[in-house]
Amino acid sequence: MAIQSPSLDLGAGAAVCATPAAHARGYWQQVARRLRRDPVTLVCAAILLLIVASALAAPWLGLADPYKTSMIRRLYPIGSPNFLLGTDELGRDMFARLIYGGRLSLFMGVTPVALALLIGGTLGITAGFLGGRVNMAIMRVMDVFYAFPSVLLAISLSGAMGAGAENTLLALTIVFIPPICRVSESVTTQVRGFDFVDAARASGAGTLTIVRVHVLGNVLGPILVYATSLISVAIILAAGLSFLGLGVKPPEPEWGLMLNTLRQAIYVNPVLAALPGVMIFITSICFNLMSDGLRAAMDVKA
Amino acid sequence: MDTVMKDRGGPAQPLLLARDLRKHFPIPGGLLGRATRVVRAVDDLSLSVEKGETLGVVGESGCGKSTVARLLMRLLKPDRGTMVLDGDPVDEPHGITVNELRRQVQMVFQDSYASLNPRLTIVETLAFAPKAHGLPAAEARARSRDLLAKVGLDPNSFADRYPHELSGGQRQRVNIARALALRPRLVILDEAVSALDKSVEAQVLNMLVDLKNEFGLTYVFISHDLNVVQYLSDRVMVMYLGKIVEIGSVDAIYGDPQHPYTQALLSARPSMDPRKRTREAPIQGDPPNPIDPPSGCRFRTRCPFAEDVCAKAEPLLNASGAQEVACHMRIRGSGHTKAP
Repeated sequence: MAIQSPSLDLGAGAAVCATPAAHARGYWQQVARRLRRDPVTLVCAAILLLIVASALAAPWLGLADPYKTSMIRRLYPIGSPNFLLGTDELGRDMFARLIYGGRLSLFMGVTPVALALLIGGTLGITAGFLGGRVNMAIMRVMDVFYAFPSVLLAISLSGAMGAGAENTLLALTIVFIPPICRVSESVTTQVRGFDFVDAARASGAGTLTIVRVHVLGNVLGPILVYATSLISVAIILAAGLSFLGLGVKPPEPEWGLMLNTLRQAIYVNPVLAALPGVMIFITSICFNLMSDGLRAAMDVKA
Repeated sequence: MDTVMKDRGGPAQPLLLARDLRKHFPIPGGLLGRATRVVRAVDDLSLSVEKGETLGVVGESGCGKSTVARLLMRLLKPDRGTMVLDGDPVDEPHGITVNELRRQVQMVFQDSYASLNPRLTIVETLAFAPKAHGLPAAEARARSRDLLAKVGLDPNSFADRYPHELSGGQRQRVNIARALALRPRLVILDEAVSALDKSVEAQVLNMLVDLKNEFGLTYVFISHDLNVVQYLSDRVMVMYLGKIVEIGSVDAIYGDPQHPYTQALLSARPSMDPRKRTREAPIQGDPPNPIDPPSGCRFRTRCPFAEDVCAKAEPLLNASGAQEVACHMRIRGSGHTKAP
């Protein structure tokens, strides 16, 4: 017998358990440890936190009234006394409008992605886990939406439904469902192929239990990371729709709309006109870099 | 769920009977994705597993061993064929459901890492099945810790660890513990030790023997390692391209192989004796494509004794010596010149 070696005497009872070298650590603890060593992601998260917190707390920050116009102090330059970032074409305080503008812009960025995550994620995980005809039906419908470029789809949907914040939200949600669905479907299909899902099926557990315990934990991470990267796209798209007059209506402060109304002032005060654009840029790049960092931190290999 | 399944038909009744199991995988690619061709992974295969025995299954890669395992577990639905578990037909009006079958039949997979959920701790993985069958969480966890101890892993240091913190051998012990969590009667070991180091493999094999005695288990042991199969099995089944070519007691198969394929497999074993060095491979080439298997005997394209009759008629399993063999050379009056 080839396998009869001295080690054969080690039966089941003989403990083969070396003491663990490293302390047992959960997955999320490892992710947190990796994130702490990633300054770019941390700085981006801090900037985003600042923008979000100031937008949420805007009414209580003692800012000037963002709606109060004044014909005599239009287009004050940056650094004017009492007007930290100057005034816009109707004499409203830019700083206050930028902070207040974050409320709508961030809301327009996060809400459609969150809604699309709920709908697209559910559809994608269903398609990925069930496969076959269900997968075929769901994914081919998504392909129909994919046939249109996302910007064009958002513009045509908002155009058809009419301007306004609610319709913009709806249009953006519809635009984001297909990509989230596709990502969810592909990661779920991958996870479903692992033997541990077969082992769970072999244990006689129901489909919902298997999805909850064995699939969700392994697919939510990648899906969330992808969704985070979409927030910046949503902010830019929402701003673009407002810029075209299809989104938020004046006098609401919103970064895209501000960019639009300030564009006539570009020869008078170009820096001032660029400020809303700078806010959009900072916010979206922070969301992007943060999702990159999250992806890297969550990519834990044994 | 806590009661151990009772022996119903007595020791003489086979634990599991499978009859004419067939699984063909369609290959999409025809017009409108319609499958025009199929891979004949398992073709009208019948087998019985006796109570308390270890049935070894050997064969080359791609001969359908793993498909048989998945069919027996009903992870794959057979295209046709019936299964009877200790007298109860499976998935039939008067029989037991597939879920009841899965409670009594469990499986250990080859890839120890892919078969453990990387996000769950060991104890969570082990407690999953009992919880899914309605055992309270605390009880399921206690049972899981007991099982860990049974497979030689200290529950205090292993219960709360994650799969990637374990070695291959430790992970496979966890997989075996998971298979035992529902107190099954039959455990299918699909290449369960093939990916392990030789020394670890030996430890796990001995553990399997001990567990079998302790829990009164029956094993279906699938492997391509002839030595391991010989060590563990009571009976051996040799497969070639989705068919059984020879089946019988381990002594008969290893001592007096009757089918040319079995003979070739056994002579391909590396010898410990340097004077008995194998000079050339006893069979050449790869197995034929299971999409379009040879007519008649599927082994005839590589068989040194193939004759016209082998292409015309398919040899059926037939008693020869102490075993059953599917070869025209062993069938009286088959028309083969070497037939008795």
